[in-house]
Amino acid sequence: MTGMPSAPQPVIDLSQVTKVYGHGAGEVRALRGIDLRIFPGEFVAVMGPSGGGKSTCMNILGCLDTPTSGTYRFLGVPVGEMTADQRALLRRNYLGFVFQGFNLLSRTSALENVELPLIYRHVPKEERHERARKALREVGLTGRESHVPSELSGGQQQRVAIARAIVSEPKVLFADEPTGNLDTATSAEIMKVLTALNEERGITIAMVTHEPDIAAWTRRIVRFRDGTIESDEANAPVRTGA
Amino acid sequence: MFLNAIVLALREIRRNVLRSSLTILGIVIGVAAVITMVTIGEGATAQVQADISKLGTNLLQVFRGQGFGGPGGARMAAPPFEMADVQAIENEISGVAAVAPSSNSGAQAIYGNNNWQTQITGTNDKFLQVRDWALASGRNFSESELRAGASVCMIGNTVRRELFENQDPVGATIRLGKLSCNVIGLLEPKGQSGFGQDQDDLVVIPLRTLQRRMAGNSDVGAILVSARDGVSTEKMQKDIETLMRERRKIRSGATDNFNVRDLKEVASAFTSSTRVLTALLGAVAAVSLIVGGVGIMNIMLVSVTERTREIGTRLAVGAMARDVLLQFLIEAVVLAALGGLIGIILGLTAGAAATHAFKVPFVLNPSIVILSFTFSAAVGIVFGYFPAQRAAQLDPIEALRHE
Repeated sequence: MTGMPSAPQPVIDLSQVTKVYGHGAGEVRALRGIDLRIFPGEFVAVMGPSGGGKSTCMNILGCLDTPTSGTYRFLGVPVGEMTADQRALLRRNYLGFVFQGFNLLSRTSALENVELPLIYRHVPKEERHERARKALREVGLTGRESHVPSELSGGQQQRVAIARAIVSEPKVLFADEPTGNLDTATSAEIMKVLTALNEERGITIAMVTHEPDIAAWTRRIVRFRDGTIESDEANAPVRTGA
Repeated sequence: MFLNAIVLALREIRRNVLRSSLTILGIVIGVAAVITMVTIGEGATAQVQADISKLGTNLLQVFRGQGFGGPGGARMAAPPFEMADVQAIENEISGVAAVAPSSNSGAQAIYGNNNWQTQITGTNDKFLQVRDWALASGRNFSESELRAGASVCMIGNTVRRELFENQDPVGATIRLGKLSCNVIGLLEPKGQSGFGQDQDDLVVIPLRTLQRRMAGNSDVGAILVSARDGVSTEKMQKDIETLMRERRKIRSGATDNFNVRDLKEVASAFTSSTRVLTALLGAVAAVSLIVGGVGIMNIMLVSVTERTREIGTRLAVGAMARDVLLQFLIEAVVLAALGGLIGIILGLTAGAAATHAFKVPFVLNPSIVILSFTFSAAVGIVFGYFPAQRAAQLDPIEALRHE
């Protein structure tokens, strides 16, 4: 966070963002004017029914997609005007992703999976290994470095994915239904890891979920409905299974 | 960035060994075929060249009749040469190293209970020099033996084997038809000629002996001329033609009733025809390389589809389109080059085995090895580009959602 002004500046600042897919009669207005600010150190749950716009919003926040209109500033920089390559660089340097389906490379060791973002950052080999080991240690997977995904449980795979997301020390971690494929006990484990990262490392986390139990772990819940934000309120964490 | 992409590509290849090996199979076979074919072809070429050089170096042969393509009957109708022609060439043509007359006849060679039908060549003491032939034992004809038409002979290795088995023939007396003849020399084995003829199956006697005792004339069948090192055989061929036209009183405009054959020409004709054959075989084999390239493209396309989610993940963690393009392209090139390498090893092995089986020399042609390696890598680039382009153009969101 060096070079940041001392007054709290939002990491994420959406202003009147719309997203329209297709055109003419088949036009789908996925987002209809969203205003959303996320500040450093927040842990936000994004909820809402399918088709409510939460995935579209997360894709835009994750710089995988661009708004049709309105502005999205990431750390004060407008993302809408960036080229695909510039957005790739932004993801490379500032963002981390955790997916519902883990998205680990099969037949590839946990260590190599975690190293992947560092390869694109051209981190030298020794440093890459060291950082990947450290990230795996942080998610509690010491000793599993050489295991391939098929040798790991779902919870362990997701922890590898989290290690991959944090190995590049991102400003924001986006988690898309990180517990969607996991049972309750394992979900709690993953949430513990994410909470620790948020509270101890100060990583800003935006997480999509449709499970109220999971959303309850966070400090702020944003609900989407029909392409607008239905509610946005602070939450006193209730951590079941913790 | 480049090194990175190679690291990623190698990881990818290692991740799926079976798919990788199937992908490169076409290239392996293609390169192996090219290398094998060319190795065999080059071996055959080298064999032909070696055979022709066995006949003698810088050798010009003067025959009567017209050369290749002339009417066959005219050869015998054309007047023979005389010893005076041999002397004229020796004295008047510049650059001559040695001149040997050569008249052939056939006869039964007999020693003890063994007999053997062989070729009798009547010549002089320059024959060995002209034909670049050494004596295994004994000696060459002497001046006086040649002048007197003495009953002496040098025998080839095949004749020695048939008549003497393992005995030393030098000093023995053999019969050639009705002629009793003292063996004074044994020729080194020369082996088969490029035309499959046993060169060692002959008995060499002085020309005068052959003329008087066997042929009953004073004809010279052919004249062998060897040029000194560094002398242009082309010029010498012209000079001999001019001299012989003069001596045989051929009016200008009339066709020659003799021909001067340069063995280098014969050699180059043979060599070029085997070269053409080699090129043809190589070209056919190269087609299989292209087919191998299509195989790579095919599997790479499948692989792109199969790995769509993976590509999405890579894009999400910060890969740019060109990182993905480069990764797939380098994967294709590394695969193709690997295939090329394995193909080269296989091809050289097969080529060595085949040349051994055909008894031709094994010639390693580095340029064809480098060429086929480069070509297979190029095949990787050409056929890998399209799938790589496809992978790079994937939309990250779509790719991440792909099942």
